[in-house]
Amino acid sequence: MVDSKKGWKAWLYLAPAIVLLLIFTVWPIINTVRIAFLEGYQPMEAIKGVQYNIGIGNFSDVIAYPKFLDVLKNTLLLTVLTVPISCFLALIIAVFLNSIVKFSKLFQTIYFLPYVTNSIAIGMVFSMMFNIVGHSSVNVAEYTGSLTIYNQFVNDAGQTMGYTAQSWGYINSMLIALGLNPINWINAGSSYTANMAVMVIYIVWNALPFKILILLGGLQSVNKQYYDAAKIDGASRGRVFWRITVPLLSPMIAYVVITGFIGGFKEYSSIVGVFGDTMGPAGSAGKLNTMVGFIYDAMSGNRYGRASAAALILFAIIMAVTLVNLYVSKKRVHY
Amino acid sequence: MKVKLEKLTKRFPTRGNKNEEVIAVNEFDFEIPDGKLIGLLGPSGCGKSTTLFMLSGLQKPTSGKIFFGDDDVTGLAPEKRGVGLVFQNYALYPHMTVKQNIMFPLQNMHLPKQEIIRRTEEVAQLVQIDELLDRKPSELSGGQQQRVAIARALVKQPRVLLLDEPLSNLDARLRLQTREEIRRIQRETKVTTIFVTHDQEEAMSISDLIVVMKKGVIQQIDEPQKVYDNPVNLFVSKFLGTPPINVFKGKIEDNTLYIGEDKIMKFKADDQEVFVGIRPEGFIVSPKGGLHCQLKNIEVMGRDSSIVSTHPSADSPIIRSIIDSDLKVQPDENGVVTFDVRKNKIFVFKAEGENERIYAEDGGKE
Ligand SMILES: Nc1ncnc2c1ncn2[C@@H]1O[C@H](COP(=O)(O)OP(=O)(O)O)[C@@H](O)[C@H]1O
Ligand SMILES: [Mg+2]
Repeated sequence: MVDSKKGWKAWLYLAPAIVLLLIFTVWPIINTVRIAFLEGYQPMEAIKGVQYNIGIGNFSDVIAYPKFLDVLKNTLLLTVLTVPISCFLALIIAVFLNSIVKFSKLFQTIYFLPYVTNSIAIGMVFSMMFNIVGHSSVNVAEYTGSLTIYNQFVNDAGQTMGYTAQSWGYINSMLIALGLNPINWINAGSSYTANMAVMVIYIVWNALPFKILILLGGLQSVNKQYYDAAKIDGASRGRVFWRITVPLLSPMIAYVVITGFIGGFKEYSSIVGVFGDTMGPAGSAGKLNTMVGFIYDAMSGNRYGRASAAALILFAIIMAVTLVNLYVSKKRVHY
Repeated sequence: MKVKLEKLTKRFPTRGNKNEEVIAVNEFDFEIPDGKLIGLLGPSGCGKSTTLFMLSGLQKPTSGKIFFGDDDVTGLAPEKRGVGLVFQNYALYPHMTVKQNIMFPLQNMHLPKQEIIRRTEEVAQLVQIDELLDRKPSELSGGQQQRVAIARALVKQPRVLLLDEPLSNLDARLRLQTREEIRRIQRETKVTTIFVTHDQEEAMSISDLIVVMKKGVIQQIDEPQKVYDNPVNLFVSKFLGTPPINVFKGKIEDNTLYIGEDKIMKFKADDQEVFVGIRPEGFIVSPKGGLHCQLKNIEVMGRDSSIVSTHPSADSPIIRSIIDSDLKVQPDENGVVTFDVRKNKIFVFKAEGENERIYAEDGGKE
């Protein structure tokens, strides 16, 4: 314990941090809870002294909102798809990075690059890579242009139709080079599956470096002698991985999975990066909107009550999932 | 399984200097008879672990060959050699229970489940850990971990059992007890065993044969008592025995051995400077003797007394000699005791080079 006479000094040193935390973290949290239970809260009215009913109106408003279920579905889907993939890939890559001797520093740098790059900027690069410029459907029989026609189909009128493009993004160019049909990934009229695929690839790639860093650190602190022992014991590479590496690394794996889930539920800027702040392909704004996007939308529409309620719902979901995670890891993790 | 090493050599590149090398193990040549327990003995850094790791296959020799029986196993991967290895710090898998640790090698061999369970129980009984099977290694004492490590090494019925300083992490009493245990287990299983240690007492007490090493070079291979009674050089004589041998600077002149100016005995050899080693039990208090030491004190320890004295030609600050405590030690008025020496407890070594033993040309007869 700090000597009580010197206590005021400790508080003095802590004061700047405490004041900032109180203003920008603690008070907003309290205020969010407060506003969430004030039905139909509007800040501009509140200043004028309008009183609000206390109740769960904001919550029922959120749940009844037509797009809420879509937003929830998008968020859950992105999380459930990206967390296992990114954790598993990160584990494989970390094991690989740990085992190579030559160029390991070079590879570490390459895999670490996404971490130090702005995610909106990377998102824009991704949207270029998956892009199709000047995409249009034409009647094959009547087409006189010089562009190649892809994805031919017969329409209701019995005409053979197909798609042309002025220019392909990098990914579609590769598909074409491999003799496959290009895919409308993110442009107008693109499918939900294609959109999701792009987002999963992007989010996984973006999430890898942090996970690799944690897992690699864990691997490097594992005593090499266990691997020697496993060799003497005649364990195959697969068995060494599943019976030695994974259990010894389980505290780090648990950490990466738990923070992965939390990050997944807060997914927002990656979608802005790829699709812009309409949160969807041209013509279908909000198609890929997430919980955090929903909260932003509500705020910018001055619906603070709805935003606060949605924030609390998100908090409850994250809390529940984290508790499940902790429960599972208690049984599976060897500390 | 007989084990044979043929000119086995391991060099390590030195960090930062590619042209310089450490020779950890230098042209080892020896044969271990089937079913024996061999002690590899030497100070820290002399290449004991490296030898063991080459035998296990974890390290590749720079040159030379290893045979198990008649099979050349030099290029064989560890898991194909059928060796059990107990690491210096045991390396038990911390996340597995004792049972899982022991079963792990068997599961890798894809044995039937019944067989795995049978063998696990059998080996657990052998090393007396049946009651600990469901514990994690962190819940075991050092000695118990030790047994588990031995069980894990033995359960696959290895052709050769390798132990790397297995007792060095145990306290003194447990060490005594455990080394008897290792001896018992080795006798029961009759597995050819190589036991690495830097503790001469440990090696002497349990080995059938000891290999004394120094800086990657084998000094002497023989039964423990024979190495003690007949060391081939000064290093070996100093390394074996507690209390250690007393070393003096001396000379041979006119077929007589001198320590300083003290005339010790007849010794037929060329005139030269020498080192003389006398075992603590090689001193006889006798006015007829030639060795005059300044008495410092006498420590009586039950049956024996330890006489602590000094001599200007001694290589160490004190000389320790052990005599029967019934004998009276009477120093003269200047505090000098006079010793005669037992011929079989005194060794003469060259003063130069590797300090090889010098034998009297007439075999020590007067
Ligand atoms: N991996 C290695 N790289 C370089 N030098 C090594 C390596 N392993 C051992 N050595 C050197 O080889 C010598 C013998 O080591 P070691 O066999 O571990 O000795 P011991 O087990 O007898 O104490 C030492 O000088 C040590 O520094
Ligand atoms: Mg060693």
